[in-house]
Parts: sequence; structure tokens; C-alpha cells
Amino acid sequence: MVPILEVQDLRVSYSSSGGAAYPALAGVSFQLMPNEILGVLGESGSGKSTLAISLPKLLPSNGNISKGSVFFEGKDLLRASAGELEQIRGKRLSLVYQEPSVALHPAIRAGEQVFQVLAAHESAGKSSLRKKTRQVLASLFPEEADRISNSYPHQLSGGQRQRVLIAQAIACGPSLLIADEPTASLDPTTQREILGVFHTLRDELGLAMIFITHNPALLAGFADRILVLYGGRVAELGPARTVLSSPKHPYTRALFQSMPQIFEDNSNGRKTKLPVIAGDFSAALVPREGCVFEPRCPERMEECRQREPTLVNLSESDTVSCFKYGG
Amino acid sequence: MQPFLKVEKLVKSYERKNVAGTREKLFALDGVSFAVAQGTTLAVVGESGSGKTTLGFCISCLEIPTSGNIWFEGRDIVALAEAERRQVRPRIQLIFQDPSNSLNPRWSVQEILLEPLTLQGNLEREETKQRAATLMAQVGLSSDMFQRLPAQLSGGQRQRLAIARALALEPKLLILDEALSALDCSVQAQIANLLMELQRTLGMTYLFITHDLAMAAHLADEIAVMNRGRVVEQGPARDIMRHPNEEITQHLLAAMPSLDSAARPPLES
Repeated sequence: MVPILEVQDLRVSYSSSGGAAYPALAGVSFQLMPNEILGVLGESGSGKSTLAISLPKLLPSNGNISKGSVFFEGKDLLRASAGELEQIRGKRLSLVYQEPSVALHPAIRAGEQVFQVLAAHESAGKSSLRKKTRQVLASLFPEEADRISNSYPHQLSGGQRQRVLIAQAIACGPSLLIADEPTASLDPTTQREILGVFHTLRDELGLAMIFITHNPALLAGFADRILVLYGGRVAELGPARTVLSSPKHPYTRALFQSMPQIFEDNSNGRKTKLPVIAGDFSAALVPREGCVFEPRCPERMEECRQREPTLVNLSESDTVSCFKYGG
Repeated sequence: MQPFLKVEKLVKSYERKNVAGTREKLFALDGVSFAVAQGTTLAVVGESGSGKTTLGFCISCLEIPTSGNIWFEGRDIVALAEAERRQVRPRIQLIFQDPSNSLNPRWSVQEILLEPLTLQGNLEREETKQRAATLMAQVGLSSDMFQRLPAQLSGGQRQRLAIARALALEPKLLILDEALSALDCSVQAQIANLLMELQRTLGMTYLFITHDLAMAAHLADEIAVMNRGRVVEQGPARDIMRHPNEEITQHLLAAMPSLDSAARPPLES
């Protein structure tokens, strides 16, 4: 099978007003197959949101893609013209953002906002676009599409607003959806509901998806593969089941250990402390040489300070960037 | 003996106009009762819209309840006159979800920390500075950050600063309204440990409002489950997690994100 998306050695940096460049992505490579859900896991500063916006080339003016290629359906998006990108964004490749209350226009009815996406990309007549708008909304709100369509965003719940955003994203029948923390502002019940919606869309429309999150627990039972980002680099990449049950990279391991266990045994009365990863990620602390996680790594070795580890293939599908595995 | 914090039949209703233009009452809190012992943590869990945040606002005197009583250290703070309530307020502090919205972006760390101390005006200038330095140390921030702006701190550092500001007036009760939810997992663990440490050393009582059941079970002695403005179930954290009686609690447990996907039902399409 041919990958739908192939990202190679993507390097992105932001320049400050003083002219200094801050690297956000330092050589990220991965592939995405049609119909596949790739979970991208990372904390603040890992570069996960930069990844989401640099694939469709939507970086702010101080963002600079210095190297790499993003082949999507056979075309390198980083070298595509503005006109070509307009044909692709929102039509073949859509974004779903975190905060549905900000991403929707507060004074335009939900149905109209979905209609506008269709009108921007399709040349069919108004009435056929209206009909299509109805169909798209009905696929996300089987029982109350009309009411939702006539509502303003403030009249909808968080979960409903997120469904409207998803309706916008799938209206033109894209093959790839990039969702950046789409459930972060929702409560767990609604979160699961939205994850269910994404699964249905994948099954029914054959969508491929990049699902970006800082919460590893959301990916269990949802993502097919997981890419762990740390400091703008791929820490590890592998099948979701393997990464979640036996993480290889010391960062992923420490991250999972810092999460409270659901049925932890505190029968002896006093509550225990959670194991933590020392410090927090800050671009200023990134070492000039060596592994980017070395300053916080509980398993650091002499070698880690001297050079950066390369990605090691542990099996056909698992890769990790750490000297413990050869690096 | 009166418990440290006791809420009795608390009701908070809002009026709004419905589609037809007639006024209707919306009960955010519909008769909430519970008690918390000093030095312990009660987690309040529930879905969005169950009334958790309104509850926190009423207890911290930011909203006046429609009816009911809130007994705090032996006094009913609902019945107090404004002047008396002012004396109670510093003893109950609220910490919000997103520290980047609850800290003034144009103030330095020092100004943010000094404000409550100056407003209360009980300390000399030198003492105030001393106190600020102590607070910074208590939450694990270094004093050389005094001149920084909130934007120059990481998410975890900002939440530490929000906690330090809340501690400035030596409160007895901290209301944590989704105080960990906006943070990265690794930072959540750091702040959770800090909260446990402060509880141990200062004898602090926490009302931990959250939709994260795993963290609630980890931090809390007891859990109260809210649904539609009522507490439907309350008990020791362990019992609620292992033997939930109410349907809504079972529902919340089933929706709880977990690394172990086998532990919960598959996603519904």
C-alpha cells in the first residue's frame, strides 16, 4: 500500500523579534497509511502543534520551514504554490482545532458555517450545496440536524460545537484529518463520544487521521500507532498497543509512570507521591550537544551528553531514539 | 462539634429567558449537602454543567447562594454581613484551571505575589518581601524569578505561582477548580505532589473540583459525585471507585481515559 502522507526530516524554527531562531521541529519523519489513526503524543514545547500547522503550511510569519518534505497524495506540500495549497486545505486535508468556542464564528449559525466551507471549494449551485450541508450535519447529528443547523455556537454544548467543527472538516470529503487536541476542553464522557465519532468517520469515509494530544490515556483503544514527540524530535514511534503497554524510551516510560493508577492501593492510609520527571521542558535548557532529554532523563549515561542518538529500528514497526537500544 | 466545612441544602438558581421569552429558573445547585473534615481532601466530580464550579464559587463567596447554609469554622458564611464576610474571604482561596488567564500578564511575579499582602496591609514592607520569598520557596520556585512576567514562566511554574498567591494570606481551605486539567501529565504529577506536601505541612483542607476521576482518587480522601446540581453519592475515594452505586458514577468511571484499553468498553460508533 502507498502511504497517503510521507513526512521526511521536517525542520521548523521560529524567529524572535531579536532575530534569534528557536528550533521547534528538528528533523521529524513518519508515514501515514490511508485509513490509519496516528496519535501524536507530546507535552508543551514538544512541537506537536507546530507539526499540525506546518504540514498544511499554515505557520505564522515568524515560522520558517528550513528543511524537509511533506508528500501528501503524491505532492510535496512544502513546495506547492499558494493556489495549489488552497485547493488542498479544507478539501483534501482538514484541520480540527482544540477550542470549538473560538474556532467557530459566534454570530453565524452553525449550518451556514458548514455551508461556507463547501461554497469555498465546490462549484455546484447553492441549492445542491445546501442539500449537501444538510447531509453532512445529519451524519454528525442524526436526530437534530435542523435544530443544530439553525443554532448559534453559544446555544450549543461543547460536544455539539466540536461536532460542528468536525462537520466543517469533513464537508468536502478530505482524505486526511489533522486534529490538534480536539477533545482537551471536553469532559471525559463527551471526550469518548467525540473519539467514537472519529472512529466512525474513519470506518465510513476511510479517513486517515493525525490526532495530537498531551494525554496518553486518550490514545488507548483509539490510535493505531503512536508517535511520541519530545523537544521537536521523535522519541519513539510504534503500534499503539506496544507503546502504551511497553514503552521503550525513558521519557515515555517516565511519563506513563507519573500518571495516577486508577485502582492504586492506598489501603495503608496515607497517600503516596507520584513519580515525576524532574524539571520541565524549556527550550532554554535544551543542550547544544547530546540527547535532548538528557537533562531530565532518569537513565542518562555518559554517551548521552556527547552526541544525539539516532532512530533505531527495534522491529519492522517500532523505532526509538535512545542509546540504550544502540542509538 | 461542627465540622470544618459543612454545606447544607445549598441552592443557587439563575433566571434566564427561554426561547418563548418567558422567564425560567435554572437550578445550578439544587440542594447540595456535604461535610469536609479539616486537613482532608474532598474531590467533587461530575460532568460539565453538573454544578461543580458554581459550588466552588458559592463557598469562596464569589456567588451568593439562593438559599442554604455554608458552615465554615463554626460560622454560617451565607448569613454574614459583608464586613464580616471580608474577614472570612482570605481564609478560603480559589485556584483556577488556567493560570495564564488568572494571572495579570503585565505584572511581575513579585507584584502578583505582593498584591494580596499589600491589600490586607498587616505587614511592614520588609516583612512583606520576606513573606513573598518564603512563599516562592514553599511552592518550589526560585527567588530569582521575581522580576519575570507570567508569559516567561512555563505552565507548571505559572500554576505554582497561582498556588503561592493563594497561600499568601494563610488560608485554611483551598478550592481547586480543575487546577490540574490544563497541565501536561508530567507537570500534573509535580503539582499533585506539591499539593499533598502543602497539605501535610500546613494542614490545608482541599475541595478538589475535577472531571479527572483518576486524579480525584489519587488526591482525595472522599469523593462526592455531582449530577444536575445535586450530590448523588459521597464516600471514601476507594469505595466510590470500586463500588459505585449510582448510574452516573458508573458512567463516569466507564468514560475515564486509561492507558489500559482492555479495562474499558470499546468506543461506540
